[in-house]
Amino acid sequence: MITSPRRQLVAIATFAVVYLLLGMAVRNSYYQLMMTLVLIWASMGLSWNVLSGYSGLISFGQAAFFGLGGYTMTIAFVKFGITPWIGIPMGCVVGVVAGVVIGLPTFRLRGHYFGLSMLAYPLAMLYIFEWLGYQEVSLPMKRENPAMFAQFQDPRMYMVLAMGLLVVCMLISLKVERSRFGRQLLAIKQNEPAAEAAGIDTWRQKMYAIMLSGGMAAAAGGMYANVLLVVTPQSMFGMLVSAQALIFSLFGGVGTFWGPVIGSAVLVPLSEILHGELGHIVPGIQGVVYGVAVVVIILLAPEGIYWKVRDKLAERRAGKSAGQGASSAAPAGPVAARALSTLPDDASSAPSAAAATARSAALAVAKPLLTLDHVSLAFGGLKAVDNVSFSVKAGAIHGIIGPNGAGKTTMFNVINGFLPPASGEIRFEGESLAGLKPHQVCRRGIGRTFQVVRAFPRMTVLENVITGAYAGAATDEQARALALNALARVGLAGAQADAIAGGLTTKQLRLMELARALAPKPRLLLLDETFAGLAHDAIEDLLEIIRQVNREGVTVLIIEHTMQAMVKLADEFGVLNHGSLLASGPPAEVVRNPAVIEAYLGKKWMAHAENSVA
Amino acid sequence: MPGMVLDFLQALAAGLLVGGTYGLMCVGLGIIFGVMRVVNFAHGDFMMLGMYSAFYLVSWLGLMALFGPYAGPVVGALLAGPIVFLLGWFLHRHLIARATGARVAGAEGEGHYTQIILTLGVSLILQNGGLIVFGSLPTSIQTPMSRESWELGSVFINQARTISFVISVILALALYWFLARSHLGKTLRAAADNPIAAAYVGVDVDRSHRLAFGLGVGITAIGGGLIATTQAFQPYIGFDFVIVMFAGVVLGGLGSILGAFWGGLLIGVVQQMSTLVLPYQLQNTAIFVVFLLIIFFWPRGMFGKTWERT
Repeated sequence: MITSPRRQLVAIATFAVVYLLLGMAVRNSYYQLMMTLVLIWASMGLSWNVLSGYSGLISFGQAAFFGLGGYTMTIAFVKFGITPWIGIPMGCVVGVVAGVVIGLPTFRLRGHYFGLSMLAYPLAMLYIFEWLGYQEVSLPMKRENPAMFAQFQDPRMYMVLAMGLLVVCMLISLKVERSRFGRQLLAIKQNEPAAEAAGIDTWRQKMYAIMLSGGMAAAAGGMYANVLLVVTPQSMFGMLVSAQALIFSLFGGVGTFWGPVIGSAVLVPLSEILHGELGHIVPGIQGVVYGVAVVVIILLAPEGIYWKVRDKLAERRAGKSAGQGASSAAPAGPVAARALSTLPDDASSAPSAAAATARSAALAVAKPLLTLDHVSLAFGGLKAVDNVSFSVKAGAIHGIIGPNGAGKTTMFNVINGFLPPASGEIRFEGESLAGLKPHQVCRRGIGRTFQVVRAFPRMTVLENVITGAYAGAATDEQARALALNALARVGLAGAQADAIAGGLTTKQLRLMELARALAPKPRLLLLDETFAGLAHDAIEDLLEIIRQVNREGVTVLIIEHTMQAMVKLADEFGVLNHGSLLASGPPAEVVRNPAVIEAYLGKKWMAHAENSVA
Repeated sequence: MPGMVLDFLQALAAGLLVGGTYGLMCVGLGIIFGVMRVVNFAHGDFMMLGMYSAFYLVSWLGLMALFGPYAGPVVGALLAGPIVFLLGWFLHRHLIARATGARVAGAEGEGHYTQIILTLGVSLILQNGGLIVFGSLPTSIQTPMSRESWELGSVFINQARTISFVISVILALALYWFLARSHLGKTLRAAADNPIAAAYVGVDVDRSHRLAFGLGVGITAIGGGLIATTQAFQPYIGFDFVIVMFAGVVLGGLGSILGAFWGGLLIGVVQQMSTLVLPYQLQNTAIFVVFLLIIFFWPRGMFGKTWERT
């Protein structure tokens, strides 16, 4: 992904020309056919990659599209005399429509349920086509004007056609990889809830992906039928078809358009030659080869050959340049420096009394930005959020504390749309958030972070934040600018921005997530246990960053299960226990509330809290 | 009795009898998918191996001469269980354990994909290896009772299916008792529910998973051996049954052993009843549609114990 698009275009063109030149030199018609099949299966693998490689939703039913494409073309030709030149594009349309029809219900499912149900579609279609009487349909040979019907004397012409299809599929994949669409799919793959919370309409992006994928697979199916001149339900909808699409991509490399091409170029000839040499003795040898290939690759190089080779090359290069100096991923030095420079002398104490008074006076007249009105949600018999009402004033830092299991995170999930409330209403800037999905809530101006940091681990810090910035940007440049600005605000600018998120420290991850939430310029920020797992001085840094963000006009709603940090930070503050709000008000009042002390804090906290507030 | 009612009763009876054996096979998958949360794509292929094991045991060892035409095939099916158990145990030890159990306990999602893809590879190897070893000709275990029926009122009850049904119910109950009551059963469930916690209290998690996997495929293999007395099979039969079994397990509710049995029973009834309104070839399509409907509208099934956490 580092190489420039122009170099990739040159690489594709070179590949196509060299491959075709080789193909032209081959005289044996069997090898010519094999070389054609490599190209068709590579296209099929690319169709799988567009859906599953980028978005991470593994499709075991790619044969559904392949078969529909092949049968559409064949039936159009046999029954209505429509030339494959039109029949294959017709098949594409059918594939896109099938993508919509399959995607609409199936994207409601998660994880293995999605994979299993994708498996059922082509198998169901297989029996339907058998029942319809299409056990074996042959394309009629056209003696007159064969080229009109995409039929050629010279088998190498089929290779040229298949190469045309493959190049189109590669260009589509290249375009996807480099687009905002592709980056959003990658974000979905790495962490779907985070993608949704960062303002990505995950459902819509997945629908686009399955439509594109369905169209590409259908084109491959049509081309396959046109080359082999015969279709059977087993050869079009069979499990091996879906498996091949998946295996070639996995083998070659997931999430790169070179992957399926490599996989197909290695495995198709291997299995074909074995089948040709040994097929009469050991009839299932092809399937065994694919099975062994997928087992070996998943154990040894789960991301595929392409990435394995790339990692090896990168390692060697890194080995050479090592010793030149410090590593680029230095700990968060700038943050500490920046935090120190802006902090008052005694960083750990509360703001001075005068400033605090002025601030609370201003907040007293501020309008509520977010209002929860009798919000409830139960899981079975467990009341996770029980009739909670409070409002967050514009410009305030509002804290919610409560022990583990008090319903804090559930409350956030209700606010930002992951869970619908069973009753009650949530209003943001006076408008109800009812029925909005997380990405829509995000676009209204509510950003959030997660208790367990949900990063996109394979992206760089900057890419992570750019993905969040899309929600507030029309163009890629704008998103980049917003992201850089957000990174500067949390002190992660410079070299750290280019570090891979998977290798960050807990503190850096928290900062990155904060930047991702800040990037689209939200007016309200939901922070979920931001201080969890951080050392004392890291908490101090983060406290100051949150205060600074708040001074710049962002209202903050933060939940924590520990008291200390909250008492210092929050203007107003509520205690949640067993899903219901025990008390709310200024920290000093709340910690002295006898009900709170009795029910939650315990006696020893009373003295402690008084000390830190006073 | 009017013809339509009779057809209905006939299909219902056939559905219940076949469903009993489906139920047993679902119990096998239920242990692996429902309890251990391992997506075993190759489960149908282990069932296929059970069918062939029973077939060769019956024909090579002359079990029918030894135990008579009634008990012979049953003994064959029961013996197929340990054979496939050992194979499952071995495959888990050397292959599938790399993507399950303690190793991936912390990884969400990722672990499932590795499992599905790994077991897909195993499935391809087993079914195509089966093609190489067993050939592609459909075969079945021919017993005198395959075609004999008892008459209950005017409803015909196939003898082979009835015997299979009885054996299946007994085995399913025995397994339920084993998992619920015995010490080993409790250990297995603990290792499946929470591998990390189980390891802390001294359970050998890897060994437990291996045992549970072997047990799951072994039980399903017995079901396969029983079904083989009334159904022709070939090495590719696994994929048709894998959907049947997943449908049964999901319908019954993940994590519930008896639920899996009921789910399988219901799927058998749906399959046989579908022949009343649909052409014979669309039997399996009907099951796939039912499967999709179940996971769309009722993903927790009848006896589901666990929440899918968001």
